[in-house]
Amino acid sequence: MNLVSLKTAMALPEIFLAAMASLILILGLFLKESSRDKACYWLSLFTLVATALLVLNGFSSNSVIAFNGLFISDPMGALLKIAVCLISTTVFTYTRQYNQDRDIFKSEYYVLGLFSVTGMMVMISASHLLSLYLGLELMSLCLYAMIAFYRDDKLAVESAMKYFVLGALASSILLYGMSLIYGLTGSLELSVISSTLSTIDQGNLALALAVVFVVVSLAFKLGVVPFHMWVPDVYQGAPTSTTAFMGSVPKIAAFAIIMRLLVGGLGELHDMWQQMLIILAILSVGIGNIIAIAQDNLKRMLAYSTISHMGFFLFGILSGAETGYSASLLYVIVYAAMSAASFGVILCLASEGNEFDKLSDLAGLSKRNPGLAFLLLVLMLSMSGIPPTAGFFAKLSVIQALVDAQLLWVAVTAVILAVIGAFYYLRIIKLAYFDDPVEGHSAPVTVRTDSKAALTVNVLLMVAILPWIGSLIDICNDVISNFGS
Amino acid sequence: MIPLSQYLILAALIFAIGVVGIFLNRKNLIILLMSIELLLLAVNINFVAFSHYLSDTAGQIFVFFILTVAAAEAAIGLAILIVLFRSRSTINVEELDSLKG
Amino acid sequence: MLENYLPILLFLAVGLGVGAIAISAGKVLAPNKPSEEKLSPYECGFEAFEDSRMKFDVRYYLVAILFIIFDLEIAFLFPWAIVLDEIGVFGFWAMMLFLGVLVVGFIYEWKKGALEWE
Repeated sequence: MNLVSLKTAMALPEIFLAAMASLILILGLFLKESSRDKACYWLSLFTLVATALLVLNGFSSNSVIAFNGLFISDPMGALLKIAVCLISTTVFTYTRQYNQDRDIFKSEYYVLGLFSVTGMMVMISASHLLSLYLGLELMSLCLYAMIAFYRDDKLAVESAMKYFVLGALASSILLYGMSLIYGLTGSLELSVISSTLSTIDQGNLALALAVVFVVVSLAFKLGVVPFHMWVPDVYQGAPTSTTAFMGSVPKIAAFAIIMRLLVGGLGELHDMWQQMLIILAILSVGIGNIIAIAQDNLKRMLAYSTISHMGFFLFGILSGAETGYSASLLYVIVYAAMSAASFGVILCLASEGNEFDKLSDLAGLSKRNPGLAFLLLVLMLSMSGIPPTAGFFAKLSVIQALVDAQLLWVAVTAVILAVIGAFYYLRIIKLAYFDDPVEGHSAPVTVRTDSKAALTVNVLLMVAILPWIGSLIDICNDVISNFGS
Repeated sequence: MIPLSQYLILAALIFAIGVVGIFLNRKNLIILLMSIELLLLAVNINFVAFSHYLSDTAGQIFVFFILTVAAAEAAIGLAILIVLFRSRSTINVEELDSLKG
Repeated sequence: MLENYLPILLFLAVGLGVGAIAISAGKVLAPNKPSEEKLSPYECGFEAFEDSRMKFDVRYYLVAILFIIFDLEIAFLFPWAIVLDEIGVFGFWAMMLFLGVLVVGFIYEWKKGALEWE
C-alpha cells in the first residue's frame, strides 16, 4: 500500500484545509498579541477561498473512490464543497465586528470554524459509514465549542449544553442504526450496503428498525418537527456569529449526508423512509411556519423559519427521483446563502451591548439605515418565495418535483403552508419600512465597509442570479445524474 | 457459544437505560454525560458482536473510532459543564430554563 | 455452554465468602461496647474540621479533560504495533502523521499553560 494506491490526491482540498487549520492554531500561539487575531482571521478567509479553488481545480465529471472505499470524489461533492467554502467565507466576514465587540474575536474561534468545515467536507465525500460518522462528529464537536466560546454569556453556555446533549443523543441513535445496518449487510461501505440490501427480505423487522433509527437521527440533526426542540433555544442562545455559521453551511452538509446515507446507501428501502419523511416534512413546514408568527425574538423567529425550510427541503428528497434530488440541492444552496445573509444583517446591526435580536429593534430601520433595510427587503422576499428572487425558483422546483412524483396532495399542502409562512417575513418588511423607530433607538446605524460589501453581494446575488438560474438548475441536474454512477 | 441475539438484547437494554437516563434525569448534568457514554457503549457491543459473528474486523475498527470520538465528546461536554458551572454555580438540569418561547 | 463460566462463578463465590467470613468473624468474636466518644468522627485526635465530602478543585477537571483525549488516542497504537511488520514503512509514517496531529494539540495546550497547576 502506498500514497498512490490510496489516491490521496483526491482529498487534497481536505488535507490542505486541515493542515492550514493546524498551522493557524500554532501560529496563534507564537504571533504577537496585537496582530495575532487579525492575522489568523485573514489567514482563515484565505484558506477557505484557496480550498474552494483547489476543489474547483480538481473537478472531474466522473466519480473516483479513494482511501480503500472510505472517500468518494464526485461532481455533487465538488459542488457542495465549493458552496460550503464560499458561504463560510462570507459568514466569517460578517462576524468580525460582532466578535470584536464581544471579545470573542480570537484565532481559536476561526480555527474551530475551519475544522468544522473540514468535518463537513469529509461528510460530503464519505462513501463509508466510518468516514460519514467521523465527519459528522468533527463538524458537531466544533460547533458545540463555537457556541460555548462566548463564555461570559449565560444563555450561550446554556444553549451549548442543550445542543451538546441532544447532538450526542442524535449521534448515538445514528450509530445504533448504523450498527444494525452493518449486522444485516455485513459491510460498512455504502455501495456494498446498497447492493446487499436488494437481496435482503424487505419485511425484516431489524431492517425497519435500522431505517427508523437513521431517519430519527437525521431528523434530530436537521431539526425537523417533532425533533426540533433544540433549534429555537440554540439559535437564540448562541452568539449571533455562531448562529449565522451553524444556521447556514451545516445544512449543505446535511443534504450530503442524506444523499449518501438514505439515497445512496438505503435507496432500496425508499418506500419505507418516504412515508416517514412525508410526515416529518409536512409537520415541520406547518408547525415551523405557524409558531414563527408568535415569536418576538428575531433569532428565534429565524430558527422556526429554518425548521420550516428544512421541511420544505425534505419534500424534494422524498419524491425519490432525480428531479427531486436536484431540486433539493438547489433549495439547500439557495437557503444556506439566504440564511447566512439574514443572520449577517443582524450581525451588522448589532453593536456593543445590543444584540439587535428583538423584532421591535427593526422598527423604522429604513430611516436608520436605508441600505440595510433594502437588503433585508430583498432577503425576506426571497425567504418567503416571492417571484423575482432565487427563493421562488428553489421553492418552484421542489413543488415541480413533487408533482412529477405523483404526490399531488403533498404539493398542494406545501404551497398552502408556504403561503402561511410568507406572513411573518412580510411583517418584518412592514416593521422596517412602515413603522417608526422605538424611542431611544432612532440613531442611524453604521456598518463596517467589508461586511457591508459582502452582505450586498450576498443579497443581491439572490436577484442577480435570475438570468443564470436556468444554468444553475442544469448544473444541479448534471451533478445529480452523475450521482451513484 | 452465546447466541448473537443475547448480545443484541444486552445492547438494546443498555441503550434503553441510556435514553431513559437522559430524559428522566432532572438533577445532575454529570449523569447526563454518563448516559451519553452508555449509549455509545451499547452501540459498541452491537458492533463487536456483529463483527465477531460476521468474521469481519471492520466492525471492531469502527469501535476503536467510536471510543476515541466518545472521549473527545466527553472532553467537550465536561468543558462546557465547567463553563456552565462558573457562570451559574449550578449543574442542576431543572435550573437550565432561561431559554423559552 | 454455560460450563465455561464455572470458574468465574467459583471465583465469585470464593471472593464473596472470604469477605463475608472476615466481616462476620469480626462481628462475632470482637468485644462490642460502643460509647458516644467511640462513634464520633475522628481526625488526628481533634474534632473533624470540615465535611469530608468536599468539592474537587476545578483545575482537576481541566487535567482530566486533557487526559482522556490523549489517553484514548493511544488505543490506536496497540493494534498498529502488533501489525507493524506487515504494514511496513507506509504504516509507520501513517502513524507518525497521526502522532504529529496529536503533537499540534499538545503544543497548543502546553503553550496555553493548561498543564500548569498554579
